Amino acid sequence: MKPTARAWPLLAVAGAASLLLALAVGSVPVSPSQLLATLAGQGDSAARDVIWQLRAPRAVAGFAVGAGLALAGALLQGLLRNPLADPYVLGISGGAAVAAIGAIALGLSSGLIQLAAALGAMATLGLLFILARRALFTRDALESEQGTTAVLLTGVMIASFAAALLSLVLSLAPDARLRTMVFWLLGDLAGATDLRAALTALVAIGVAFAIALRHAAALNLLVRGDLQAYTQGVRVAHTRRTLVLVAALATGAAVTLAGAVGFVGFVAPHLMRLVFGNDQRVLLPASGLAGGTLVVLADTVARSAFAPLQLPVGVLTALIGVPVFLWLLARR
Amino acid sequence: MTVTRAPLLKLADVALAAAGRTLVEHLDLEIRPGERWAVLGPNGAGKSTLLRVMSGARSPDAGAVLIDNLPIDRYGEIDLARVRALVTDRWIDPFASSVLDTVLTARYVFGDEDGAGEQVARRLLTALDCAHLMQRDVRRLSRGERQRVAIATALAQATPTVLLDEPTAHQDPRHQAWVIEHLLTLDDRALVATLHDINAAARFATHVLLISGRGVYLAGPADDVLQDDALSDLFQTRIGAVIADGERFFRVRSPARSA
Repeated sequence: MKPTARAWPLLAVAGAASLLLALAVGSVPVSPSQLLATLAGQGDSAARDVIWQLRAPRAVAGFAVGAGLALAGALLQGLLRNPLADPYVLGISGGAAVAAIGAIALGLSSGLIQLAAALGAMATLGLLFILARRALFTRDALESEQGTTAVLLTGVMIASFAAALLSLVLSLAPDARLRTMVFWLLGDLAGATDLRAALTALVAIGVAFAIALRHAAALNLLVRGDLQAYTQGVRVAHTRRTLVLVAALATGAAVTLAGAVGFVGFVAPHLMRLVFGNDQRVLLPASGLAGGTLVVLADTVARSAFAPLQLPVGVLTALIGVPVFLWLLARR
Repeated sequence: MTVTRAPLLKLADVALAAAGRTLVEHLDLEIRPGERWAVLGPNGAGKSTLLRVMSGARSPDAGAVLIDNLPIDRYGEIDLARVRALVTDRWIDPFASSVLDTVLTARYVFGDEDGAGEQVARRLLTALDCAHLMQRDVRRLSRGERQRVAIATALAQATPTVLLDEPTAHQDPRHQAWVIEHLLTLDDRALVATLHDINAAARFATHVLLISGRGVYLAGPADDVLQDDALSDLFQTRIGAVIADGERFFRVRSPARSA
């Protein structure tokens, strides 16, 4: 179980480069020397404002969103033993979306929309834990290997119900607000304007990673079946509960920041599986770096490609992610 | 005559039920180091269920399971993983993984996957004729190969008690003998294997447990239990031993579809 040592520095450099690029690129061009000067605390005030007020919050938020979704996706693919899982299968984002779109329909401010999204995510998480309690809190699952299916089915049902509620709200909402709603549903970082909030989210995602990594060795076993993992010493229900919680919180935080950014939570773990293999101790942090990098790059393109028009980042994550994924898959 | 050693695994008045039907009841069993138990019985008699109960994954419907005289439900997962291992008959391999990494999962409790555990894994894979498969993706193995990898995985846990669910079900004749020969070398452990092949059981076992699935059981030294009458009654078909080259072989004498 040895990581591909060469790929680590590459990932770190790509992550740092994507962040620098996001700070430099935009309708007001910032030269590399201006960028370095500003980061060092000097430079002219115009560049400082653009970088610290506009671009840094968005870049940091984008990285947190991508890392959080990639972590959630990698965890759920492992927990559900299903390579097609993504952060949205548990319905957490569906619940957040219903609350956020409802808040938009009522014409609430962007801060309240974020609060609604966070509360919606939490409420859905609570519902998931109540409905799937047998699989998450008891040893019953060991007998029939039904634990993962129970969690997955419960999540899919919650997601479907949330989608129905969402359609209802969208049908009833005033036309003038539909565009805001669509942007939220596609995933959009335009609302990330507060550097402190973005850094807080990044730290929260970091904590989620720390917890996930403590269970990564157990997840390596859990992937191969509940009974097998149990006989090898894994506390099956405890591990599954903890990691479902981590995945749900990471998804909730990401969705609160940027809406339902698609695809990154699915593709980033798969890209990293192709490069590093399936050892969760390597896969989880690598997925986080890759997901963060992908969203920052996608958002940089999204807000500069058709300037002054800004695209929702969710459009670009799939536009970039799909070809990269197919290319790697074909090369294998 | 060796000194009788304390039992590693003990069943006390155990009952198993499935779908409202009693499979076995009042089952008392003591399994000691050095003993190899074969569990025989018809399909659906509860052999796999019994192994799960012995492993702690399932609670018995009545009675108690004790390991070193302590009830099994008093053990934590990690402590249990140090005293018993289980070879299941179902393998779940959703993602690519090398054979070596698969065996190394057994070293989770030791935390030495990247060190001494690898030597253990390589030795066991070699002993079970899987040396040439070590770097192969576990999803690309034949069922027989995958089964030997599963046996190596359980043995890599280095536990005093090993439970094996049909360990030779997918082996060709050469590898069936190979697997049994290897299990015979593990003298100081306690082994419990469910088997369908009576002749394999006769070669493997020091002791035999027959469970009928109709509530009754018969347990004891292999030579005492493996008798024509008991086996015929167990499988509801006429089974008889013949002697060839000084060894007993069991064969089914009547068509399977009898009353």
